[in-house]
Amino acid sequence: MSSRDTILSAVRANRPAGPHPLPELPIFPLDDSGDRVAFFRQSLEGMGGRSWIGKAVDAVGALFPQAKVIASLVPEIAGNRDMTAETRPRDLADIDVAVVRAAFGVAETGSVLLIDQALVVNAVAYLAQHLLVVLEPWNIMLTMKEAYQRPEFHQQRYASFHTGPSATADIEGILIHGAQGVRSLTVLFPES
Amino acid sequence: MSEGPRLDSDGLPALLHRELRAGDDGGARDSLGGRLTHGEATSRPLRPPTPEPQPRGAVLHRHRPVDHDEAAQRFIDAPRHEKMHDERLWDLRQKRDRQMHAIPEWEALRDLASTVKQHTLAHLDEYLEQFEAQAVANGIHVHWARDGAEHNTVVHGILADHGARRLIKSKSMLTEETGLRHYLAGVGIEVVETDLGERIQQLDDEAPSHIVVPAVHKLRSDVAEVFARTLGTDPGNDDVHYLAEQQREKTRPVILEADAGMTGANFAVAETGTFVVCTNEGNADLSANVPPLHIASIGIEKLIPRIADLGVFIRLLSRSALGSPITQYTSHFRGPRHGGEMHVVLVDNGRSARLGEPQFWQSLKCIRCGACMNTCPVYRRSGGLSYGATYSGPIGLILDPTFDRRRYSTLPFASTLNGSCTNVCPVKINIHEQIFAWRKVLAKSHDIGTAKQGLMKAAGAILAHPALYRAAIAAADSALKVLPAFLVANPLNSWTRGRDMPAPPRETFHQWHHRTDGGRKQAP
Ligand code: SF4
Repeated sequence: MSSRDTILSAVRANRPAGPHPLPELPIFPLDDSGDRVAFFRQSLEGMGGRSWIGKAVDAVGALFPQAKVIASLVPEIAGNRDMTAETRPRDLADIDVAVVRAAFGVAETGSVLLIDQALVVNAVAYLAQHLLVVLEPWNIMLTMKEAYQRPEFHQQRYASFHTGPSATADIEGILIHGAQGVRSLTVLFPES
Repeated sequence: MSEGPRLDSDGLPALLHRELRAGDDGGARDSLGGRLTHGEATSRPLRPPTPEPQPRGAVLHRHRPVDHDEAAQRFIDAPRHEKMHDERLWDLRQKRDRQMHAIPEWEALRDLASTVKQHTLAHLDEYLEQFEAQAVANGIHVHWARDGAEHNTVVHGILADHGARRLIKSKSMLTEETGLRHYLAGVGIEVVETDLGERIQQLDDEAPSHIVVPAVHKLRSDVAEVFARTLGTDPGNDDVHYLAEQQREKTRPVILEADAGMTGANFAVAETGTFVVCTNEGNADLSANVPPLHIASIGIEKLIPRIADLGVFIRLLSRSALGSPITQYTSHFRGPRHGGEMHVVLVDNGRSARLGEPQFWQSLKCIRCGACMNTCPVYRRSGGLSYGATYSGPIGLILDPTFDRRRYSTLPFASTLNGSCTNVCPVKINIHEQIFAWRKVLAKSHDIGTAKQGLMKAAGAILAHPALYRAAIAAADSALKVLPAFLVANPLNSWTRGRDMPAPPRETFHQWHHRTDGGRKQAP
């Protein structure tokens, strides 16, 4: 018998008795005091992320005046490093700032969902030193529960909630941003 | 508990060890200069202890049960390590409590998580088949492994097919179970751990001491010594920022050049064939997304039915583990990326057998958050390596004997049965009742001395009936007063000698829960 069939038949033979029905998932209310963007920003700050409200074209200059290599994956912000689906991840290691668009945000946690289609090469969101994420203020789900109703989880091959930057406190509990991934994450709310 | 924990002037619960109090630790701050405490960061700065030799874990003998007590004693005899360890883990527990109090539906979420897991386990064959079909349809190669050895062979086979010599990986307790790193080293494949804590442990040739914070038993001075010895860093520099940056810089070229990447998974969703990986460092996403080949090793108990269920589990996982609302990264892998190849290995390794054990199958609900470890007075004082096993702390006591009954026969006695583990478990595993059940099983199979067996009966009656047990605890303040001394002590040596018994709580969890409506009504 194949390992697959051995495992499945052992599981079948050992199924715990009883009906064990699958529960419905109720909706738990969350109060964002009517200002969802403020709520989101507060959650994000607590997780070490930053946010910035302003004109998209000004963002990189204002936030990263020292940056040399900029890979922008949104049309409204100019970069100087082109990327295609064929770009090898290792060739992205020198990027200072990557600019990507979020599929949506989640107020409860301050998370943004980044999907493969928007990232072009998934690794850019981790190899860049800094990440700038464009999020439209109307595009914020209130809770994680709502977020998981979204179609992205059924369509994308890769979808990742980023909540603040890469972080570690593995040594004596001291918090350090920029463990293995980006050193900072800033959410840009564009003003026209 | 009725008055809540004693608070310090900063409004946070008082330190257990006041001498660890410090002004600032140089940790990350927010845009207004406020101290950030997300992830596994401590609530407040702790004073770095003066260096002291690091106590090592249990001494392993091939044919003898692990002597947890001996190793624990050595940990306690290294007071700077022991106090820092105790303080950091207790702080994670306090942070978890604050997250819990901020969520009115906390108890409902725990109920849901437990029920969803029970349902999945009771229909696990169907969900495994559904997951496999979906994953294959999405272009993922799915493999099955009956045990650790087969898992390692399968992984080796995949790597050999691609001519891969260098594997980068993120933390996975499953690959600790199977001894993958050791096995691959034997066939000439280099494995590099990419999580900071896990890398420290790999470089020091030590197992992870905690399932979430693998190097929590080490002081910065220990890390500086390990890095100086293995990475060539400045031995005189134990600045934590320096050490973390050195690891980042030294690991990055390895990540860029690796032939393959490996991750575990926190959840596998049957509905879509997706697996979900939660990390803080971003190292799992690098391991998965930089090399052309991604292998994910997944225990068969990680299944959940629906994407929507993640709305329950993701809300509980990091809050329970670290007292942080979510991990920095929650990544959903549903298929290989453009130009990449993705393999999933579904591993049994004793899980299907455990499913058939009426007393113990519920331990398969575990989502490996570590909350039971952080709250356990024995774990906090003895360090994870003293258990000499893959899993330590309360969850270890009930998992390890399923792998090797004789070798880990002493572990179920490394508990005070205070029930704190059960109270914090996000999937409501009756951990302390299972610990007690293991004592009975081991007594019956004569894996512990026969003289102790008579004592089992008296306590058995109480512990067999949860309601009675609760009443007994309430009446006597604590299980510590109701149970025969033997049952709350380690039979081989003793946790009860002097200093190690925690003071019984004034109010039990159940009383507190009833009085406050699960934390909704807080005492002023
Ligand atoms: S037993 Fe419960 S508390 Fe312990 S690690 Fe597992 S899920 Fe977490």
